[in-house]
Amino acid sequence: MATVKTGFTQTAGFRSALLSLLILALVLLVWHLATSAPAAAPAAAAAVANAPALTPEQIEYAKLMGKDPAATTGSATPQAVKSGFPTLAQMGTTIVHHLSQPFYDNGPNEKGIGLQLAYSLGRVGLGYLLAALVAIPLGFVIGMSPLVYRALDPFIQVLKPISPLAWMPLALYTIKDSSISGIFVIFICSVWPMLINTAFGVAGVRREWLNVARTLEVTPLRKAFLVILPAAAPTILTGMRISMGIAWLVIVAAEMLVGGTGIGYFVWNEWNNLSLPNVIFAILTIGIVGMLLDQLLARAQRAVTYVD
Amino acid sequence: MSTEFVKVEGLGKGFPGADEPVFERVNFDIAQGEFVCIIGHSGCGKTTILNVLAGLDTASEGHVFMERREVAGPSLERGVVFQGHALMPWLSVRSNIAFAVRSKWPEWNRAQVDAQVQKYVEMVGLTPAIDKKPSQLSGGMKQRVGIARAFAIEPRMLLLDEPFGALDALTRGTIQDELLRICAQTKQTVFMITHDVDEAILLADRILLMSNGPRARVAEIVRNTMPRDRQRAKLHHDPQYYRIRNHLVDFLVARSKLLSHGRAPARPAEVTPGLDPVEPAPEPDSTTTNPSNLLRSIA
Repeated sequence: MATVKTGFTQTAGFRSALLSLLILALVLLVWHLATSAPAAAPAAAAAVANAPALTPEQIEYAKLMGKDPAATTGSATPQAVKSGFPTLAQMGTTIVHHLSQPFYDNGPNEKGIGLQLAYSLGRVGLGYLLAALVAIPLGFVIGMSPLVYRALDPFIQVLKPISPLAWMPLALYTIKDSSISGIFVIFICSVWPMLINTAFGVAGVRREWLNVARTLEVTPLRKAFLVILPAAAPTILTGMRISMGIAWLVIVAAEMLVGGTGIGYFVWNEWNNLSLPNVIFAILTIGIVGMLLDQLLARAQRAVTYVD
Repeated sequence: MSTEFVKVEGLGKGFPGADEPVFERVNFDIAQGEFVCIIGHSGCGKTTILNVLAGLDTASEGHVFMERREVAGPSLERGVVFQGHALMPWLSVRSNIAFAVRSKWPEWNRAQVDAQVQKYVEMVGLTPAIDKKPSQLSGGMKQRVGIARAFAIEPRMLLLDEPFGALDALTRGTIQDELLRICAQTKQTVFMITHDVDEAILLADRILLMSNGPRARVAEIVRNTMPRDRQRAKLHHDPQYYRIRNHLVDFLVARSKLLSHGRAPARPAEVTPGLDPVEPAPEPDSTTTNPSNLLRSIA
């Protein structure tokens, strides 16, 4: 009995992990069954391919791609499978392939996944940092002064719901640099949650703490950093966490639009290559990196949270 | 009690929209080293008066002077213990008090600050909990930290806004004893709000009685005639204790209501229940009050 009691939390953790693994196994099984079905009927595909049914356009296309039309008809079966939805085995080899050399650079269209991620993270980091530098001080002012709050509120209300990508043409025209435009888009999308949460947190600092600071004749700067900032920090960090989530969502779309480098561009490029394993791998990578970023900010949030 | 240390003159506070002010023509003074308690029903403006004394609030009329200089804002000269301790929950006990000490003496080095902090934490008996966060402390301990923080800046006057209101009777008794001992040691001037008649008799040299609002006033000042080395355990053996206590309870039960709407004198009389030959109400023998007697005496 005693062992059961002490091990309860571990058991609960163990059970949930087991359930997660089970769900994963189920998903993989469905994947496997779904992808192996067309592979079970290669004869049909081969029959179609083996028939001299290549239209002149298809032969032309094959030549343009630098391939011998005759050879293409010969290897039609593996080709058809390769460009379709990958099987688990193909997915596995793709993952191993990418993870074994994440930082290679063979020109603009062939960079390692690590390198692409580094570009994206760099843009997100820079745009996010700029947003924090603007939003947190401005949020402080808005939170402290009801006058400034009311004056800026209409602007914030109008600007906040604009999709960050809608800014892209304007950014491209004014900045004339696609990479900096990407950073600007990240900036504009992460600024609002941080700004609003900072203002909200600062305005909500308990009156009694401010009164303590007043009776102690604390200087404004000291009050801002030693009373208001720690008191509002949990709310500010919540805003920063939301911003980071949005920034990571937006960077993929922005890079698809802007092109050149980054994980978003990688997804789009692999779509143009019709390489679904690479697309799926990129999707997984985006999810995992996003999760790690969120965990990082959650940890920071926990560090500044206080029990009242 | 030679010269007045704090002087409150014609203080009043009204709020826009209300036709009558909450309180008006409040006059009293506090001598250096004196412990003054103010008693009155809720809503008569006690906390506002305290906040005006602290400089946190402004009155609609009247002035507060401390050492002949008008109080026009918060100052390190006046330490405040707030109703709800007001400790910063992200700081430990040590850092909470150190924050106050550094505000008072910015030029002090770390060792000096720490010595001052430890001295006052020890004074309230919290040395074992010095590195704990407020959330790890009980209500009584938190209030002690609040008291230590107010004392640590060595203010000229201490303002306490019903500091023990939220505590249980046992804890309250212990902290009252501590406060009594500390005030005796430091000769601190104190102005305190309380709802507890016994607390006022135990701690105060003079007790200000406020009539009910609106247009509340300080209606009467009761001088505590019991010896200053009062002890909570022996207090109720002194017959004088009951005379004062009955007087205060009578006031709160019956007279405070009759004296609302500005019917109280603007210049309150100072009375010494039990020793005063011109005592308005005949002294009842039991602790129960007799409102009809009181009504007649007022009329």
